[in-house]
Amino acid sequence: MELTILVIKSLVILAVFGITLLIATYSTYAERKVAAFLQDRIGPNRAGPFGLLQPIADAGKMFFKEDFIPAQANKWLFILGPCLAMLTALMSSAVIPFGDSIRYASFDVPVQGIDVNVGVLYVFGVVSLGVYGVMIGGWASNNKFSLLGAIRAASQNISYEVALGLSIIAILMMTGSLSLRHIVNEQNGFLQWNVFTQPLGFVIFLTCAFAECNRTPFDLPECETELVGGYHTEYSSMKLGFYLFAEYINMFTSSAIISTLYFGGFQYPFMHQVHDALVNSLGSTVGHNIATGIGTAVLFGKIFFFIFFFMWVRWTIPRFRFDQLMNLGWKTLIPLSILNVVLTGAGLLFDKFKYATWLIVIVMIVLAATNAIKAPRRKPVAVPQV
Amino acid sequence: MLTNRSKQVSNKEMTLAERMYLPAVLGGLAITIRHFFMKKATIQYPEVKRYLGPVFRGHHVLKRDEQGRERCTACGLCAVACPAEAISMVAAERKKGEETLYREEKYAAVYEINMLRCIFCGLCEEACPKQAVYLRHDRMVPVFTERDQVIYGKDRLVEKLDDRYIRNNPDAQATPTEPTLSRSVG
Amino acid sequence: MNQFNTFLASFKNLTTAGYLFYGLGLITLISAISVVTAKNPIHSVLALIFTFFCLTGHYMLLNAQFLAIVNIIVYAGAIMVLFLFAIMFLNLKEEDEEAKTNVTKMAAVIVGGVLMVLLLSIFNYAPVGTFNPASFDAKTGLVERLGIVLYSDYILPFELASILFLVAMVGAVMLGKREAGDPHF
Ligand code: SF4
Ligand code: SF4
Repeated sequence: MELTILVIKSLVILAVFGITLLIATYSTYAERKVAAFLQDRIGPNRAGPFGLLQPIADAGKMFFKEDFIPAQANKWLFILGPCLAMLTALMSSAVIPFGDSIRYASFDVPVQGIDVNVGVLYVFGVVSLGVYGVMIGGWASNNKFSLLGAIRAASQNISYEVALGLSIIAILMMTGSLSLRHIVNEQNGFLQWNVFTQPLGFVIFLTCAFAECNRTPFDLPECETELVGGYHTEYSSMKLGFYLFAEYINMFTSSAIISTLYFGGFQYPFMHQVHDALVNSLGSTVGHNIATGIGTAVLFGKIFFFIFFFMWVRWTIPRFRFDQLMNLGWKTLIPLSILNVVLTGAGLLFDKFKYATWLIVIVMIVLAATNAIKAPRRKPVAVPQV
Repeated sequence: MLTNRSKQVSNKEMTLAERMYLPAVLGGLAITIRHFFMKKATIQYPEVKRYLGPVFRGHHVLKRDEQGRERCTACGLCAVACPAEAISMVAAERKKGEETLYREEKYAAVYEINMLRCIFCGLCEEACPKQAVYLRHDRMVPVFTERDQVIYGKDRLVEKLDDRYIRNNPDAQATPTEPTLSRSVG
Repeated sequence: MNQFNTFLASFKNLTTAGYLFYGLGLITLISAISVVTAKNPIHSVLALIFTFFCLTGHYMLLNAQFLAIVNIIVYAGAIMVLFLFAIMFLNLKEEDEEAKTNVTKMAAVIVGGVLMVLLLSIFNYAPVGTFNPASFDAKTGLVERLGIVLYSDYILPFELASILFLVAMVGAVMLGKREAGDPHF
């Protein structure tokens, strides 16, 4: 009996691992396609139908490139860097609840790697370690540009981790738990989704997630225009592949976490009615499992949307300047998230009212509108016609 | 002002809405997503080819006149004009009975163009006093993979009688190439 | 010898957690020692980070999940990143490490020795808490319990600590503030 649970559990874990890798692989393809479509191009379409074999071709190319280690580099740390990046990227998907539970005989096995009651903190712990891969790799390359990239990565990640953590404290206050499954279960009902109760927190979290993943507009660690290739200037072959791959895995995990924390995870409107109907018509085991499957599919739909959103933003917004990045992080996002926490707390104390932070949103919109109206119009300067 | 889309920039203080970035970000996202659904301009090149116009400089051809005689008189002006020194030739004297083959008394027994050197500038065409050498607008030099495919002799340059080349041919609207070694057509 | 034999005997009937503890303890000690012995400061920092991970493992063994994770977030994730950051900036190399004078070496030995004696004597005399497996609550280390204890019994120290942090933060802002006339970097 123990064994069946163990088997289902390990199958779930293996599936999560495999799906993470698969999605990350195809994210590289999606990135090219999305980039192409946003730029009125078609994108890769030569390798296989619709270019679907492109990731495999890329991987093959990566494998057969020369694996170069600079002479003055610190050899072991140079190898350790990409490994760490990959390791930390893969670790965080363990606590994400991908679905309700699989019913087998008389057990309910949750579709989740591990259900620790400090899931949110676990994610934070792993995310905060993610920077080591970049830092160590950048330093070990013994190259000024790599070092600068590594240092940028470190300062950026630390700065945005603060706002990231503060922005979800409001959610934790509303839920009263650090377990991701708990947070998902709390959001039953469309208007209970945290994106509606915490609009500001969501925007802050999203911004910080971009920064933590080193994605444009916050990809300063690998800013080509200033730092050649950033922290992976000296890397080639599959080591570079690991770094790039880790970025896509991070993207997948952050999408999953955003969907879990703010978009109800595997919840969807009328979920309970669907579940009951399925259980009534197909029996409590099969019906329940199918309902779980639908929930998982819905979650993946949300995840894919956010992966798309990551790419969409990447091909829209230019890179921030480093001082802008720091100003945004420290002077805007952190105060705002503290304000968010305070207001949510006040709302909760006062009659368990969850939607208090809309106040900030409304005030900000009003302020912005009045400010924009009051601002002096830009006078068009006469330009000599040429 | 070529397009009417140039914007005035100014260094004035940003308003709060601008400093929040979000309106501008959303605006940008709206623009890009519109392009996501736009019709793509890409032409699937080896399968689909577009007409490159009557002035395209492609495959060389050594013209014949109306009676099917080779026009080239091996004067060498094209070789002199060629900036890439791609042309070489051996002249020969026309024998009795060869008047149907060569228009002039002197002709090119050997006429070779090195397609690796040629830059398709068209100066040979300009230089020729006999209107003998042309760069076809409807045919490209195919991709080659072997070195001995590179030198084009008279066998591949002289106009075929059943495939006459007319510059302003309205039928030759496409620019087809000879079957290349690349992907299947279709 | 006799003691060693009893130790071996007790080693044989350890639980899995016990084996884990000894294994982890060994790794912890090795990495902690290599913090001090490493020639390259970066290696030293990395070893320290690894030591923190081992400590996290120990917390896990004690079922103190919150402490374990917070140890990773705060120490390994933030403080050590800053350490690494600073050392990378300095770009210390083995070659350009200045030779330590004998005085510093002596001072280091004395300080370390005194600290060790102090710790040993403390461990010798301090009462080691015992626990009763029957009444032991395995959930003591979980975050809910910790929060309740922190916000009821220890509310004053907790708030004092947060004021301390606030003061430190204000101090940092003051130090980092650019005054009129300061050179512009
Ligand atoms: S192609 Fe024209 S220019 Fe060249 S040798 Fe012949 S006649 Fe002279
Ligand atoms: S096209 Fe230009 S380069 Fe080519 S053969 Fe003629 S003159 Fe020479």
